Amino acid sequence: MPIIEIIFYLFSTVLVLSALSVITVGNAIHAVLFLILSFFSAACIWILLQAEFLAITLVLVYVGAVMVLFLFVVMMLDINVTSAKEGFARYLPAGVLVSLAMAVQLFLVIWTRGMETVPMPAAEGEDYSHTSAIGELLYSEYLYAFEIAAVLLLVAIIAAISLTHRRRPETKYQDPSRQVRVKREERLRIIKMKSEGEEG
Amino acid sequence: MLTLAHFITLGAVLFCISVAGIFLNRKNVLILLMCIELMLLAVNMNFIAFARFLDVLDGQVFVFFILTVAAAEAAIGLALLVVLFRNRRSISVEDIADLKG
Repeated sequence: MPIIEIIFYLFSTVLVLSALSVITVGNAIHAVLFLILSFFSAACIWILLQAEFLAITLVLVYVGAVMVLFLFVVMMLDINVTSAKEGFARYLPAGVLVSLAMAVQLFLVIWTRGMETVPMPAAEGEDYSHTSAIGELLYSEYLYAFEIAAVLLLVAIIAAISLTHRRRPETKYQDPSRQVRVKREERLRIIKMKSEGEEG
Repeated sequence: MLTLAHFITLGAVLFCISVAGIFLNRKNVLILLMCIELMLLAVNMNFIAFARFLDVLDGQVFVFFILTVAAAEAAIGLALLVVLFRNRRSISVEDIADLKG
């Protein structure tokens, strides 16, 4: 068996097992850690498929940022671990039935439509860079979509902040609209008085 | 020999696992969000497999955009979850039934 197949089966086994653990452990922190493991295995399989840039992006953005955000939220919320597994057995038959039916349908489609006869194309030469090829595509043909994605991220930042932000009454803050609207009479008062030196 | 069907099957298995996860985890919205992340990972796996086997790069660009949307979705979903927990002291799906008549 060639090395590439050994790598594929190794990492896909780890991926499927860790995905199964994510949905069955019940404890949210363990689920996040298993999800990190499955993202790592998926990144390895993507490198096998010559998507190096996306594999590294998956590790950096997903494991580095999104999963850490998940961990923060898990530790911030005080979740009752013992009640997390309640109802698990009740929904188990329905869940297994639906997902098994879906799996059978997908396998029937995948393995009878000639997809198993499509071989992997030959790898590119050593001087070929997928990252620069994606960059050229992204900044020329998909430039408009790329900018929309940037705006989408900005909207997500604003939405997340405005949802979780709460204004405490005891904190001091500036009100820019009041600062702009201020009149001279509110700040400055001119009074008439004798100069101090002439008295003595 | 590894063919396109192997990688698509892996994506299908991941997707079915995460569908089962959505059925099973009624007590914890956090794990539901994780199942949605797993589903997006399965879809991305299909895109990358097709991009490799059809020898076009557009599939990888699509995965890039899906990762962007997934990051935004995770951020807003977790923010909603924090607000929900602050108001209700619980993140169980079964407790969020106020709209049920």
